[in-house]
Amino acid sequence: MTETLASASTEQHVGVAGVQLHLVRGGSGDPLLVLHHDIGNPGWLPFHRQLAERFEVVAPSHPGYDRSERPEWMRSVRDVAVVYQWLLADLELEAVTLVGLGFGGWVAAEMATMAPTAFRRLVLVGAMGLRPDDGEIMDQALVNYIEYARAGFADQAAFDRVYGAEPSTDQLEAWDRNREMSFRIAWKPYMYSQTLPHLLGGVKTPALVVWGSEDRIVPRSCGEQYARALPNARLEIVPGAGHCLALERPDQLASLIDRFATAG
Amino acid sequence: MHLMYFTEQPMSAYPVDEGRAFGNTALMFSNRHFDPVAGSKLYQDRIDEYLYVEEMGIDGIMLNEHHNAPFCMQAKANIFAAILAGMTKRVKIVLLGNPLPLAENPIRLAEELAMIDMVSQGRLVSGFVRGGGQEQLATGVNPAFNRERFEEAHDLIVKTWTVPGPFRWEGTHYQHRVVNPWALPLQQPHPRIWIPGVLSTETIIWAAQQRYPYIALNTSIEATKRIWATYDKAAEEVGYTPGPENRGYLQRIFVAETEEKALENARQFMWMQGEFTGLAHPVWSSPSGYFSPERRRDFVQFAVGRATSPRGRPSFEQQIDDMQIIAGTPTSVLPKLRRILEATRPGIMAFWGSDGNVSHEDTRTCIRLLGQEVLPAVREIGKELGLTSPFEANAPVSIRHAEGPEAPAPERVAAAV
Repeated sequence: MTETLASASTEQHVGVAGVQLHLVRGGSGDPLLVLHHDIGNPGWLPFHRQLAERFEVVAPSHPGYDRSERPEWMRSVRDVAVVYQWLLADLELEAVTLVGLGFGGWVAAEMATMAPTAFRRLVLVGAMGLRPDDGEIMDQALVNYIEYARAGFADQAAFDRVYGAEPSTDQLEAWDRNREMSFRIAWKPYMYSQTLPHLLGGVKTPALVVWGSEDRIVPRSCGEQYARALPNARLEIVPGAGHCLALERPDQLASLIDRFATAG
Repeated sequence: MHLMYFTEQPMSAYPVDEGRAFGNTALMFSNRHFDPVAGSKLYQDRIDEYLYVEEMGIDGIMLNEHHNAPFCMQAKANIFAAILAGMTKRVKIVLLGNPLPLAENPIRLAEELAMIDMVSQGRLVSGFVRGGGQEQLATGVNPAFNRERFEEAHDLIVKTWTVPGPFRWEGTHYQHRVVNPWALPLQQPHPRIWIPGVLSTETIIWAAQQRYPYIALNTSIEATKRIWATYDKAAEEVGYTPGPENRGYLQRIFVAETEEKALENARQFMWMQGEFTGLAHPVWSSPSGYFSPERRRDFVQFAVGRATSPRGRPSFEQQIDDMQIIAGTPTSVLPKLRRILEATRPGIMAFWGSDGNVSHEDTRTCIRLLGQEVLPAVREIGKELGLTSPFEANAPVSIRHAEGPEAPAPERVAAAV
């Protein structure tokens, strides 16, 4: 938790589906929803700050992750997607651009399938949610919290900048709580949906699929699968980058999103 | 007292060096190191020992199960229970127990246990456990719902045994269109349920609330006393005063003709003793959601190597000193057993009599000495201290059946014989 909130952001809790969701907001412009990784959201980051220069950035913590309350009833990632549809409606945000990071990419893809024309743009970054044609999604159940979080980075110095070389015990607890919630909603099949690939074809939203060439968490084949299944998508590979692009290459990823989301 | 014999059924033939080189001997330690030829031989030895321990006067044989690890060759407690149901004549078959959360269909467990109870003519004690952390991973069961599944599967099994079918079950983790298995237990209202454990306060309280005996698995005397304090408080809250019939204790013990031989074989208790008995991985043994949220801080630090196991991992010498392991001749072990019985006052006592690479011959010697000298003396101590077993006390099988004697209905047993 080395990042502190920039003055440009505000924090709040919003009641949705019986639980209090924590969210951070900042910037102004077209609305942009950032959906975080399974390891959680370490705060208002350089990535958010840069996007906030052009967009109204809304960055919630998923239900049951970090400071958002756990819905005991929740059983699937599709439930998370529905909760976010509800949140956007309550916040009266329309024509939102969805930016899904890793696990959050799966949530974003589910949201896009539910509302094929509602979103302005869809950006999936190293997104989970599909069974890889080649390789496997790395299973966090078999490695410790630090090993898993580090595996998301091709550049370990970037991990150190975000979490510290020796993450705090509070951070370990947060990772454990987040991991527990991931198990509650994505244990089996682990981190993918068997039905999502059949539903992506209806999405009319223009989509950008971004993948780090060195992603060790989600195989690149998933990026190719998303780009093929979404009717209006292209795949952008970021050479040398790992899974947690928003933490490792914030400027580069924010620029890609900015160009894509403001074009046309 | 109810005196039982227990062994983990170690797969002692596995290459220990390979385990050390891999760093742990659970879950992901490859089964290419399993040797079915040795396994078959070891199973024959175990059967022979179980039959011998019955011959030597034991009251019960305690069985368990584990997965993906050489420290235990029982992948399904009900299989050995069925074998013993057919091969033994007198002993109670005490399952401690079936790991309920691992069951996708608890009704199948209810049926299997009913069959075992009938085949054994009412000798089944059906304990239930949550399963070790790594077992959730080995069987693909969600650790985050472990306790919920345990309690719901338990409720479903007890209802299956006690309420005539067909009925429908619409639970959180289990849904069944038709619950109506043909096989039902011989013992009425149902076989006794005992709950073993080592650490989890929630389980102790739950067992006390059900009025099920709790079997402390080789915990230290001080830890055992804390367990009883927790149990007793929960019991008083639901309206009964527990006694020795609610308490069980598992003791590692090796008895031999000489002190040297006993100590040498007792060292084998360390053979696989690590985190939860294997050289387990701190992450695999404690998956997120499996442990109590109050212990989260301890377990996350253990998982990344910043702290030792919250479950503890004392040395052999320390375990000998605090009598978690007892080794010696019958004469030298009895005073120690007396101290443990005086301090922990269990009505149920299990002797964990062999582990690791202890030979079949030495195990038989241990069983013989237990039977000839230790068991009779322990029974006398038990009488002197008033340590009545649930059978002797004719204790109700549960808080739901707390009225009157609940032993197996004699006419049904007779009809089966």
